[in-house]
Amino acid sequence: MPSLDDLRKRITSVKSTQKITKAMKMVAAAKLRKAQENAEKGRPYSEKMNNVILNLSKSITDKENSPKLLVGTGEEKVHLCIVLTADRGLCGGFNTNIIKKAKSYFEKIISENKTLKIITVGSKGYDQLKRQYKSYIVENISFKESKNINYFDADKVGKIIIEKFEKNEFDVCAIFYNKFKNVITQIPQEQQIVPLNEDKDDKDESGNDNDYEFEPDEDEILSNLLPKNISTQIFKAMLENSASEQGSRMTAMDNATRNAGELVDRLTIEYNRSRQAAITKELIEIISGAESL
Amino acid sequence: MSNLFNIDIVNPEQSFLSKDNVFEVVIPAVEGEIGILKDHIPIISFLKPGIIRVFSESEEQSFYVEDGIVEFKDNTLSVLTSSIFDLKDADKNFVSESISSAEVELSKDNIDDQKRFLLNHKVEVLKSISIN
Repeated sequence: MPSLDDLRKRITSVKSTQKITKAMKMVAAAKLRKAQENAEKGRPYSEKMNNVILNLSKSITDKENSPKLLVGTGEEKVHLCIVLTADRGLCGGFNTNIIKKAKSYFEKIISENKTLKIITVGSKGYDQLKRQYKSYIVENISFKESKNINYFDADKVGKIIIEKFEKNEFDVCAIFYNKFKNVITQIPQEQQIVPLNEDKDDKDESGNDNDYEFEPDEDEILSNLLPKNISTQIFKAMLENSASEQGSRMTAMDNATRNAGELVDRLTIEYNRSRQAAITKELIEIISGAESL
Repeated sequence: MSNLFNIDIVNPEQSFLSKDNVFEVVIPAVEGEIGILKDHIPIISFLKPGIIRVFSESEEQSFYVEDGIVEFKDNTLSVLTSSIFDLKDADKNFVSESISSAEVELSKDNIDDQKRFLLNHKVEVLKSISIN
């Protein structure tokens, strides 16, 4: 049985841990609000971008000669996976969930004898993947220095992807991130960005026959637009990710705080019991000592 | 009948400007400036560095854009751009920095004609801003 002194020390240590987790929860809650706001503000841009691309790709008749970023290289041999994770830990299953999703995709690619290339964005993803997939990781990007998520950073990643695509280094590109549903739920997502996957559901052309005028022609606009779209998709993923990270951290820290509270309660009871036991023992000793006289 | 239409300017981070009472917008499209009035034919184009001028009933606003895509449809003009600022609160330092970085880029040998043209144009527009 631990001594009274040990118990007291443990209670203090659990209490100070609780203070830390509580503070982290508050910070995460404040950051979450901001991240959520940012994610919402960023939505119109990516939506409009999608719209424009959809309209453009509809009006393209000559599928053979359209930009490869849209239709793909015609092969599916080399897969490039962009895994977006956080730079910090202590956020529950946030990073692990993305990694898990990515790993199952990797296994599929490897078992099909295709080439796999990985780019990790965020240091936690790199840390977790390097043990198993070190040889596949071609690049590791981290934006630890930037305080806020900005488009400039996303654009950097986008440019790397484009550059690799132009050098024919991959055929298919997919990104992995957590989609923010609400504070408790974040859904790990796998999204293919090259070639662009068109949603088949949007395909019914119900009265949507807008004949656009294009200036310059469709191909040129598309080849200008598609690289931008990749950056936009990355940016969107980063925004969703940051909201998810804070949400996940908030829930994790909330749980931790609650657990610490329970632990303190249990330890306090144990402490009181052994204190009481010690007192009783002393009393018995005194009484029996007095009796023997 | 009103001759007004809507304009939405969005950048990746947020919605930059949204108005529903403009009667003319002049955009620096890549093949020359386009003036857009109500009931313009649906159009998709992209921008070169230049000034977007938005005329509404009460005021005239000017914005500098570096690149972007414009879409006009159902009397709504959407401008998607990653770099935009209002000419009124143009930052002198930022402008001169942009000019010098563009000039550095220009002095490199490995750029193609189209890029050279765009950069030249950018320098020109930025210089005209910094004079005002």
